[in-house]
Amino acid sequence: MVVFEKTKGLTDTPLHYCPGCTHGIIHRLVAESLAELGVLDKTVGVASVGCSVFSYNYFNCDMIQAAHGRAPAVATGAKRANPDNIVFTYQGDGDLAAIGTAETVHAAARNENITVIFVNNAIYGMTGGQMAPTTLPNQVTQTSPYGRDVTVVGYPVKVCEMLSQVTGASYLERVAVNNVKNIRNAKRAIKKAFTNQIEGKGFSLIEVLSTCPTNWGLSPAEAIKWLDDNMEKYYPLGVYKDKYEEGK
Amino acid sequence: MSEKVLMKGNEALAEAAIMAGCRHYFGYPITPQTEVAAYMAKKMPKIGGTFLQAESEIAAINMVIGAAASGVRAMTSSSSPGISLKSEGISYLAGCELPALIVNVQRGGPGLGGIQPSQSDYFQAIKGGGHGDYHLIVLAPASVQEMFDMAFKGFNLSEKYRVPAMILADGTMGQMMEPVSLDANEVEHYDKPWATVGTGKHEGRNIINSLSLSPKQLEDWNIARFARYKKIEENEVMYEEYMTEDAEIVIVAFGIAARVSKNAVKEARRRGIKAGMLRPITLWPFPKKALNALADKAKAFLSVELNMGQMADDVKLAVNCKKPVYFYGRTGGVIMTPEEVLDEIEKIEKGEAEQW
Repeated sequence: MVVFEKTKGLTDTPLHYCPGCTHGIIHRLVAESLAELGVLDKTVGVASVGCSVFSYNYFNCDMIQAAHGRAPAVATGAKRANPDNIVFTYQGDGDLAAIGTAETVHAAARNENITVIFVNNAIYGMTGGQMAPTTLPNQVTQTSPYGRDVTVVGYPVKVCEMLSQVTGASYLERVAVNNVKNIRNAKRAIKKAFTNQIEGKGFSLIEVLSTCPTNWGLSPAEAIKWLDDNMEKYYPLGVYKDKYEEGK
Repeated sequence: MSEKVLMKGNEALAEAAIMAGCRHYFGYPITPQTEVAAYMAKKMPKIGGTFLQAESEIAAINMVIGAAASGVRAMTSSSSPGISLKSEGISYLAGCELPALIVNVQRGGPGLGGIQPSQSDYFQAIKGGGHGDYHLIVLAPASVQEMFDMAFKGFNLSEKYRVPAMILADGTMGQMMEPVSLDANEVEHYDKPWATVGTGKHEGRNIINSLSLSPKQLEDWNIARFARYKKIEENEVMYEEYMTEDAEIVIVAFGIAARVSKNAVKEARRRGIKAGMLRPITLWPFPKKALNALADKAKAFLSVELNMGQMADDVKLAVNCKKPVYFYGRTGGVIMTPEEVLDEIEKIEKGEAEQW
């Protein structure tokens, strides 16, 4: 009896992510969801710019690599061209919540029938640990070396809270991958986001709180604890909008 | 040939794009090209197509990228400041080797500039615009009929070579009304085995990408693409010659500047000056060989443009110092008159003009 096997949703390419980074877990949850829903062969993923730029090497489906912040627009074009395809974006916090804010908000406003996987690790990882739109107050990064001073650079952007005010958006949930219970819950949310798309329910965004041990300057175990103690407090987990549940 | 109808250039172009099989248009309003978007907004829903007004020019071009990657004929249109915003996406189209049609109905610049006709985006269209080693196929219409015909040509060439094509029009071409024959041009069809349509529809995985962290691989990609550019330069140059057989002074002009210059050539001939004109129809590839050949018999070249002198550089390179090159232009949305061009011709004839 096969108890566990690697999901068909991922290729055999070794992941380039740092030790302890939770991108690998999130990739797996996305890939498993697509495989379990039986839609891998009609899925088109859109990779963004940042640590996950190479996700086109890992997801076992057709992929488009988008410019920084533009993934929701590229996904819009792909979905409008072939509405029967399942189209998702996989974006980090710099990509989605800074340079790509307009594309994110308007894809939600149009209730574009796509799935957005938003990985929030409160830092720019790929470029070496700069302040992100989601960097916490007082958090030290390369470009906030004295800690994020909210009187100078303002407050972190809470994406789910912000998008919950957008009438068009269908389903918004914030999850985390810092323990088994949360990982299982994240899987449920991601799978639901794809199911929504299959059912034509429109824009779904799953924000996943993730770690960056390398740029946080912490061990993988410490990073998980930092997420527990700091990120979850600032970014409470939960469903921020579910149009179809509300309607019931 | 069917009966001609009176149409605006922008509308003729939009109708042609639909006839050429485009069902995906992504745009953003900007004068003087908005009629293209308005026409698409009216027509696309009736024929099962997609018209989407994006949140910005940047989003629009990226929607074009997504649609083009997915194998459909996609286009966007804008005017100068909007094309600057699209330039990042245009570079990605080039790097990802995606066919698409981009229309620039130029207005005066720089900055917000004005809304009157201009050709001051020549450098942007021909020399880059976006970052990296790439070219666009650039078509320059000089009539409403050509606005119509070039939509077909643009899609055909773009798909044939997997190189984005741009129609570099100007405000005049977009706004003026002329009789136009709406007979469909030939629509060429090319297989797109590379399109991201899902692995269920092709062997292996298709990845549309312009990233490589290996310098050697990126160099190889660029070299392979430039081999295709070379073929385009060999096979796709288009231009029109007017009274050049015995011309001593050859005007080089495109778009509305060519229309004005043609009148100046006629008047110069009436006054006994042997003037002629070469009108590039493709600005890239540029009719280098034709100009160089003319330089063997003509005495001088005059580049006439709605800018401060951009194509003049390319004329000079093509002529390769065989003969002097002069320039006359108006900018900021001002259109020169035939008399102004004629004055310049006469100055050259008398040896009073300053070389470019």
